[in-house]
Amino acid sequence: MKNRWIALYVENQVGVLAKVSGLFSAKSYNLQSLTVGTTEDESVSRMTICVTSDDITFEQIKKQLNRMVEVIKVIDLTNVPLHMKEILFAKVLHCTTAEKEEVFQIAQVFNVQVADIGTDSVLLECKLTERRNNELIALLRSKYRHIEIVRGGAVAIESISTSCR
Amino acid sequence: MDITGRKLFVRALQEEGVDTIFGYPGGMVTDLMDELYKTEGIRLVLPRHEQGLVHMAEGYARATGKTAVCLVTSGPGATNTITGLADAHYDSIPLVCFTGQVPLNLIGNDAFQEVDIVGMTRNITKYSVTVRERKDLGKIIKMAFHIASTGKPGPVLIDLPKNIQTESGDSVYPEKISIRGYKPNESVHVGQLKKAYKLLKSAEKPLILAGGGIHIGRAQEELLLLVEKMKVPVVTTVMGKGALPAHHPYYVGNCGMHGRYAANMAVSQCDVLFSIGTRFNDRITGDLNEFAPKAKIVHIDIDTASISRNVVVDVPIVADAKLALDKLNEWAEPKKTKKWLEEIRAWEEENPLQMRKDKGMTPQMIMEGINQAFEEAILVTDVGQHQMWASQYLEFGGKKQFITSGGLGTMGFGFPAAVGAKIGNPEVPVICITGDGGFQMNMQEMATAVAEHSPVIICLLNNQYLGMVRQMQQLFYGKRYEATCLRRRITCPLDCKGPGENCPPYVPDFMAFAKAYNARGIRVHKAEEILPALEEAKLQKDVPTIIEFMISSDELVLPMVKGGNPMSEMILK
Repeated sequence: MKNRWIALYVENQVGVLAKVSGLFSAKSYNLQSLTVGTTEDESVSRMTICVTSDDITFEQIKKQLNRMVEVIKVIDLTNVPLHMKEILFAKVLHCTTAEKEEVFQIAQVFNVQVADIGTDSVLLECKLTERRNNELIALLRSKYRHIEIVRGGAVAIESISTSCR
Repeated sequence: MDITGRKLFVRALQEEGVDTIFGYPGGMVTDLMDELYKTEGIRLVLPRHEQGLVHMAEGYARATGKTAVCLVTSGPGATNTITGLADAHYDSIPLVCFTGQVPLNLIGNDAFQEVDIVGMTRNITKYSVTVRERKDLGKIIKMAFHIASTGKPGPVLIDLPKNIQTESGDSVYPEKISIRGYKPNESVHVGQLKKAYKLLKSAEKPLILAGGGIHIGRAQEELLLLVEKMKVPVVTTVMGKGALPAHHPYYVGNCGMHGRYAANMAVSQCDVLFSIGTRFNDRITGDLNEFAPKAKIVHIDIDTASISRNVVVDVPIVADAKLALDKLNEWAEPKKTKKWLEEIRAWEEENPLQMRKDKGMTPQMIMEGINQAFEEAILVTDVGQHQMWASQYLEFGGKKQFITSGGLGTMGFGFPAAVGAKIGNPEVPVICITGDGGFQMNMQEMATAVAEHSPVIICLLNNQYLGMVRQMQQLFYGKRYEATCLRRRITCPLDCKGPGENCPPYVPDFMAFAKAYNARGIRVHKAEEILPALEEAKLQKDVPTIIEFMISSDELVLPMVKGGNPMSEMILK
């Protein structure tokens, strides 16, 4: 069992997201995250999907996706060099002045932006890898009692191959 | 010139060569019905329930090879089709089902008879879509027929909001369509096929496993040619029954849960299992770890997702059965299989497929009577014990086609499917083999059969029980017959162990039922009455005949493998 990544090109139509996500629940596949947005072609959406599965199930997932009429292309990103980022907002609430300063330091170390600030709160805006975001959350959780997290799921794109640079 | 959606709907049906549709009216399809009223050349069949309607369409599609068309209204009309659509999806039957829908501006308002049928059928159809713009109507209908009938066939649902039906728009019905996400496989990988052929060629104990894909791909002749060229024995799945004629010397029989002893032994002893058009359902494999343990497995299937899902195979080939077999026949050379065939024959002699002959009429005798009475026939079954007896004892191949609900196992399928098959093939005798349980699930379609002058012959095996479950209760649940006795009334003792003299009479009286519909009814108690009853039924040219065979309640389907057990562990007696 490990995490695997799929980029999925689908028709940009009503119900396609429901159909794709429905496959995961109907067949008991373990969906970790799914993001979707339109591409350079407005009639096409691209999904970035992360699933946890063994090899055999993953093969089956790709085949099942491929079989859908609304799916245009399935790309397995698991072993492909890629760029992956996830948007995350983290609010730290009810903090003292010293704690606020500490949050600023953390922002610096993690290389994330401080998007907003209040008398006793700080808002961080992070575009990190999913793993780095997890680390940041773990750190904030260990240090502060009142935090609020919202994250968007990862998007990924294949790196530009070295021969094309 | 612009035309209304309803006119384009009819034009599309005409362009697709549709001459029969199965329709049930309702508020959201009145416009379409009105348009059909004005159209010549399309026969509208009115079943009595939408579930029966879809099964009827399934029978029609299976018996004619055409894509069947259904038309129902929104809400309950649409939800009633769900079981039928799931059945068609499972058994790869090409259907296009139109459902009426409330006008677009009312969708989401909980309008009268509004349901999200597309949402409900998304994973039991091959494709399911709401027409949201009038300009897309022609394209979507074209897509539907294309998707339903190509690749691995299946049902497609088109949800048609009322306002789209009446709105004016483009009059053109496209001749061709290209769908970027849908490209069914139309070739075969020759390298893989060669590898598979070499494996088959080198085998000492080769075995072909033929599934329903042989019938869907209309590849029976090609299979026969390969088998005769290479002298390789064949076993079938229930859906593959008839892939090779019943008495062919290389045909062993059905394998699986209720398969022949020799067939299951052959699967467990073969060294190459060459399978075509099957998805290795659990009824075929039993315990996966023990399935064909000595064999290298070749798997040819049109559906990529069916390959290496249940059974990990050595040579996977994505291809249409006919195409692959054609290619194989170019290379095929005879093999020495005499010893292996003898080994299989010895298993057959050791445990032949047969029922007792000492106590009155058995299902085997009924099936053999049907074999004898009909040279050409479409034989349709419902689901349960009678279905398995039919798959064991009926003879198929050549002019005898088998239609059954194999994947979903839908009780209530048989009778309406038989009516549909008859509507599609008025010249061919259509026999529905059913049980007293399953028949009651859709017996309202008797009205349709009478109205359509469809003289279907219904062979109803009445054992007074839901026999297949009763069999499990008898063998595995200490004879606790919960909810399986159809004679049971509220006054019966809770611990009843079977029928006796004090039982209340069976309801309904199927003879009185037949009479109520102006159909024929014949009740058969003894073996010697079987053939005369069938002969009498044959004479009916307009009305259906119910032949009710009164059989014993404790008749079992044997051999049997308990669900999840290895196929070599057969209960034989």
